[in-house]
Amino acid sequence: MRRPLLPLLGRAWLALILVFLYAPILVMAAMSFNASPFYQLPFEFSTRWYADMAMNPQIIEASLRSVGIALATMVIATALGTAASIALFRYDFPGKRVLQVLLFPPIAIPWLITGTAMLIFFFAIGIGRGTPAVLIGHVALALPYVIVTVSARLSSFDVTLEEAARALGADAWTVLRRVTLPWIAPGIVAGALFAFAVSFDQFVVSYFLAEPGDSTLPVLIYTAIRKGFTPEINAISTIIITVSMGIMFLATRKSSFGGSR
Amino acid sequence: MSSVEVRNITKSFGRARALDDVSITFEDGGFFALLGPSGSGKTTLLRTIAGFSFPDTGTIRIGARNVEAVPVEKRDIGMMFQSYALFPNMSVADNVGFGLRVRRVGAAEERRRVAEALDLVQLGDKGGRMPHQLSGGQRQRVALARAIVTQPKVLLLDEPLSALDKTLRVDMQIELKRIQREVGITTIFVTHDQEEALTLSDRIGILRDGRIVQAGTPREVYDHPNSAFAATFLGEANWLPDAALEGLQLPGDRTRHRFAVRPEALTLTDGRPATGNALSARLEQRVFAGAMATCLVRVDGEPWKLVARDRDLPEMAPGSEVWVSWTPEDTLAVPREAAT
Ligand SMILES: Nc1ncnc2c1ncn2[C@@H]1O[C@H](COP(=O)(O)OP(=O)(O)O)[C@@H](O)[C@H]1O
Ligand SMILES: [Mg+2]
Repeated sequence: MRRPLLPLLGRAWLALILVFLYAPILVMAAMSFNASPFYQLPFEFSTRWYADMAMNPQIIEASLRSVGIALATMVIATALGTAASIALFRYDFPGKRVLQVLLFPPIAIPWLITGTAMLIFFFAIGIGRGTPAVLIGHVALALPYVIVTVSARLSSFDVTLEEAARALGADAWTVLRRVTLPWIAPGIVAGALFAFAVSFDQFVVSYFLAEPGDSTLPVLIYTAIRKGFTPEINAISTIIITVSMGIMFLATRKSSFGGSR
Repeated sequence: MSSVEVRNITKSFGRARALDDVSITFEDGGFFALLGPSGSGKTTLLRTIAGFSFPDTGTIRIGARNVEAVPVEKRDIGMMFQSYALFPNMSVADNVGFGLRVRRVGAAEERRRVAEALDLVQLGDKGGRMPHQLSGGQRQRVALARAIVTQPKVLLLDEPLSALDKTLRVDMQIELKRIQREVGITTIFVTHDQEEALTLSDRIGILRDGRIVQAGTPREVYDHPNSAFAATFLGEANWLPDAALEGLQLPGDRTRHRFAVRPEALTLTDGRPATGNALSARLEQRVFAGAMATCLVRVDGEPWKLVARDRDLPEMAPGSEVWVSWTPEDTLAVPREAAT
């Protein structure tokens, strides 16, 4: 009679975790469709806050900036990260192991510390604050994610495929384009989605590095909350969460964390 | 199609010499087997000819062209890998057509030549399949079709059959030989399997420690090995103990040669034969294997092996005193080496 207890406990535990994770989000999403500005029940369906949000030039501007920076981060981090992964895979050089190990801490270091450090560093080298600083910061944060996903895919790549292609007369570029890249494409797509999400969801580093005038969406939301909470925030947050979760879902499916074929 | 000429190639990896002053000529249209134990430098030599590895010194000529400084993709070679190395994201037809597309022969020409090559390896109906839908033997054929469809100057194969099981391997050997004859392409085939080398090739080169110890037709090397290593690596040899040489007819000088006899050249009898070379021995074991039988005997304490038709062997119990004999012309005279 004691055996079913543990699985039962385990399931209850899991359910509890999911409740605490998703209940606030669901409440927020529900409230974004509630007509009352003071979260009053009974629930009365309305898209008023979405309409308000769409009319708010600050929100629109911040959204466009966020998407722009996220797209730029995605492109740059994916290109650099893919190139770095291929280089790490193909060449042996002194310090390679050290470099590979150094790629992981940025994922674990608190963003607060990374953000402070970047701010100090960017001022020291004269970049200062502003959109270029934000972009550099985001690329730096996103790069390890790309390298990890692409490298995971590369680790199952058979280099004799490249040799076979070269023996057949293909130059280095053709080999890369026709043989290597098609194989690692799922890893690249997953890495790109991670890079987009890391940038789009980024608050701390953006908060440190953005000029007061050109906030990204998370920064705008934070400042808006400090001034006074409006249900518009629920609306935009719901949109962000939907987009981010969609992207993460795609990314984990593409990378399948460990890589079947 | 072209001959391949390797002259004085040396290649070191750190302090290890993988190739040590190797010179060898692969004749136009020939099927050449490079045979040697693991680590003897076969792969390194093949990869040097292909252009994946660059020699420290020496020259390589493919046809009329010196290629030491030419990258792989410009050498016009065909290569087959042990792992097949088919592109997993391309269909069979696209795999075979890859080299043609790189050469920009045009879609119609590509389709025609791919179909021709697939017919040659008897996979004419499999062009639309993906590599993972094929059996090991079929992948092998696709890899071969892909390697020869561009009509390269030379076909290089590094133990291509070692991943196949025995029956399939024998089938592929026959198939490979047929296709090589049909196409007439100069072929260099690396193997550590002496039987495979004998079956396939019209010339053999035996490698040891980065050196070619002997090259020639399989029969030349088998009948006239120039070293103890060659004698035992290609075929088996029973060495005549020095104490037993007295009274035998030998084809050489005993100070400069060691003498050996192949297992199948020996005859086993219970009495001393009237003619030929004969030595007394003790029968240790007789292994029946259908038509043939193998006998293990001891001659002056040396273990010898003898292969004969089972019905030609006298019935004798292990431990009996017997005679082993052979015609004097079957004695191998192997030059003594300074070392080993
Ligand atoms: N890339 C390499 N780096 C270091 N040593 C190598 C390399 N390739 C081959 N060798 C060495 O060269 C020798 C010959 O190897 P190889 O040509 O692969 O032999 P085989 O194919 O006959 O087994 C071996 O001692 C091997 O360890
Ligand atoms: Mg080898």
